[in-house]
Amino acid sequence: MPFRVALLILKKDFLIEVKSLEILSTTLFFAVSCLLVFSFAFVKEGSPVQDAAAGILWIAIAFSGTLALGRVFERERYGETLRALLLAPAPRPAIYLGKLFGMVLLMFTTEVVLVPMVALLFQAPLFSRPLLLFVLLAAGTVGFASVGTLFAAMLVRARTRDIMLPILLYPVTIPVMIAGVQGTSALLQASPDEAMATMWIAIVSTFDVVAITLCLWMFEPLMTE
Amino acid sequence: MTLDFDRIQLADVSRHFGRRRAVSKISLTARAGEIIGLLGPNGAGKSTIIGMLATLVAPTVGTITYGDRTAREAGPDVRGRIGLLAHELHLYPELTARQNLEFFAQLHGVRGTDVVTAALESAGLAERGADEVAGFSRGMRQRLALERALLHQPRLVLLDEPFTGLDDRAVRLVSDRLRALAAGGAMVMLATHDLDLADGLISRVVIIRDGRLITDEAGGSGLRARYRTLVGH
Amino acid sequence: MTRFFLPVFGVTALMFAGAPFVIADAPYESTMLLVQKIFYFHVPAWFVMFTAIFISGIWSARYLFKGDRNADRVAFAAAEIAVVFGLMGLVTGPLWGRKAWGVWWQWDARLTMALLLEAIFIGYLLVRKYGGPGSEKLSAAMAIFGMLNVPFVYISVNIWRTIHPKTSVVPTLGPGMFGAFWFSVIAFMLLFALLMHLRVRLEQQRAALDDLYLAEEP
Repeated sequence: MPFRVALLILKKDFLIEVKSLEILSTTLFFAVSCLLVFSFAFVKEGSPVQDAAAGILWIAIAFSGTLALGRVFERERYGETLRALLLAPAPRPAIYLGKLFGMVLLMFTTEVVLVPMVALLFQAPLFSRPLLLFVLLAAGTVGFASVGTLFAAMLVRARTRDIMLPILLYPVTIPVMIAGVQGTSALLQASPDEAMATMWIAIVSTFDVVAITLCLWMFEPLMTE
Repeated sequence: MTLDFDRIQLADVSRHFGRRRAVSKISLTARAGEIIGLLGPNGAGKSTIIGMLATLVAPTVGTITYGDRTAREAGPDVRGRIGLLAHELHLYPELTARQNLEFFAQLHGVRGTDVVTAALESAGLAERGADEVAGFSRGMRQRLALERALLHQPRLVLLDEPFTGLDDRAVRLVSDRLRALAAGGAMVMLATHDLDLADGLISRVVIIRDGRLITDEAGGSGLRARYRTLVGH
Repeated sequence: MTRFFLPVFGVTALMFAGAPFVIADAPYESTMLLVQKIFYFHVPAWFVMFTAIFISGIWSARYLFKGDRNADRVAFAAAEIAVVFGLMGLVTGPLWGRKAWGVWWQWDARLTMALLLEAIFIGYLLVRKYGGPGSEKLSAAMAIFGMLNVPFVYISVNIWRTIHPKTSVVPTLGPGMFGAFWFSVIAFMLLFALLMHLRVRLEQQRAALDDLYLAEEP
C-alpha cells in the first residue's frame, strides 16, 4: 500500500513534467550555466586547474538539485495539493518516498547531461571507471535528495523557503559533498584509485541509509501543523 | 476502508499559535446526516477547525475522536473517510480535469473509470474532461474540486467556503448535492461567511468568534437576524 | 536545579577566578611554549560544544516524537550555547594555528568539522527565527540531523585531511598540565550547566507568560 501510493505520486509528477518539461529544462540549463561560470574561474591559459573537474561536477549537481527541489515543491504548494496528498489513506511517509523517487530521477537525468559535459569541457577522464562513477553518483544523489526532499517538504509552509532550503541543506549534506568530490577525484587520477573511491561510496551509502531512515521516521510529525 | 464512524466529537479543543488563540476550548459533536454550518467573521478560527478535523493540524489541547478513536489511534484509515475542500482547491492546474480526478481516486484506492466519469458529470464538466484545469474559470474549478473531495464517498465532508465563484445555478446544484450526501449518512461541515447561501441548507448552526463557540443550535430560517444579534455585524 | 544554582555559581566563579593562576602555574609545553596555554580554553570549549550538540539533538527528538514542549526549550538553549562555544573554539583555534602552522586558517580536519557543525546549528537558530509558524519542528529536525551528522563529518573530514594534534595529546600531558587541563574542563562544564539552567528557565518563563496571555479572557 505505501509503495503503491509512492509510485502513484511519482507517476503523477512524471505526467505533469512530461507535459511542460519546465523543471527539467530549467534545471538542466541552470546546471550548464554553473559549468560555464566555473570554467571562467578554473580554466587558466586554456587548460583547467588540476582536480577542478570533480568539484565543479558536484557543485553543479548540488546547485541544480536545490533549484529543482524548490520547483518540485512549488507545484505542491500551489493549490495546496500537498495537504490533499497528506489526506491519502496510506502511511504519510509514502508521500515522502514518492517525492524522493521523483527528485532522484530528475537529478539523474540532469547528471546524464552534466557528466559528459564536465568530461568534455575540463578534459576529465570521468569514464575510466564507469561503474564506480555511476555508483558514487547514485549514492551521492540519493543522499542529497533524501535530506533535500524532507527539508523542502517542511518548508512548503514557510514564507522564507527559498533562502532557508540551501541554508539548512548544505551544511547537513557536506559529508555527501566531500565524499562525492573526493571519490570522483580519486577516479580522475592518472591511475584511478579504486580502493579510495570504494571507501567513499561506502561512507555515502551509510549516510543514505541513516538519512532515509531518519526522514521516513520524522516525516509524519514534521508535516502535522 | 475498514474504519467507519457515525459521530465526531471535539472535546475542549484549543489551538494556539504563540500568543494567538486561533481556537479556544471548543466542544462539539457531529452526527451522521447533519449539515453543520460553521459560521463566523474572517479570522474566527473556522479554517483551523476544518484543518484539525482533517487531521492536518494538531490541537494544542483537547482531543478529537472519530467514532471512538482519535486520529492518531486510527492512523491512515480515518483519513480515507474524510473529504476536504479547502480555500485552495487541491487541484493540479497542469493536469486535465480527468487526470486530476483519476489521480486522487487512485490515491484513495477507488477503482474504475465510471467513478471519474460520474464525478465529471456531476461537476457539469463532462465535455471538458480532457482540458487542462489551468484554463478553467474559478467556478468550474470549484465544482471540480468539490467532486474531487467526494470521489471516495467520505463519511466526513469538510468544506471551506464551497460557494466562492459559483453562479446561482451551480449553488443550487451544490446545495442539492450536499443534501443528498447528508441523507446518505455523511456528516457535512460547511465553513462560510455567506449567510444567504447557508440559510435553509444547514441543519445546525455553529457560530464562532475569536476562536470561541458562541452558539450551537438547530438551523432554520432567519439566520441573518440571529447572526447579527450574536456576532454584531 | 534552582536549589543548587547559587552554590554551583559560586564554585564556577571561584574556578574561573582561579583559572589564570592554575594555568600560569602549569609548566610550559616544550615546543609551543606560551602559545600552548590557549589549549586550556580551546579544548574545553569544544567539550561544551559537543555536549550541547548531543543534548540539543536528543531533546529535539523527544520534542518531535513525544510532543514534550519543555524538551524543545532545552534543545533550543543547548543549540544557542553550542553556537557560542563553537565560536569560541573557532576563534581560539586560528590564534594557536597562526603560531603552530604559520597561517590563520588551515583546512585541518577538526577545525573544518567544527566549522560545519557550527554552520548546522547557526542554521538551527536561523530557521527558528525566520522559519515562520511551525519553525520549532523544522529546527528540531535540524538538530537531530546535526547530531547524527557528527560521525559522518568526523570520518569524511578526517580522511580528507589531518594535520591537527592528535587526541592522544591529552593523556600524554605532563603532570602539571594534566591537572590544569581538567580544571579548565570542569570549570567550562559547570559554566555550561549554569548557562543551560538560566536559558531554559528564561524560555520556560516566556512560555508561562504566553500561557498567561492565553488564559486571560478578552
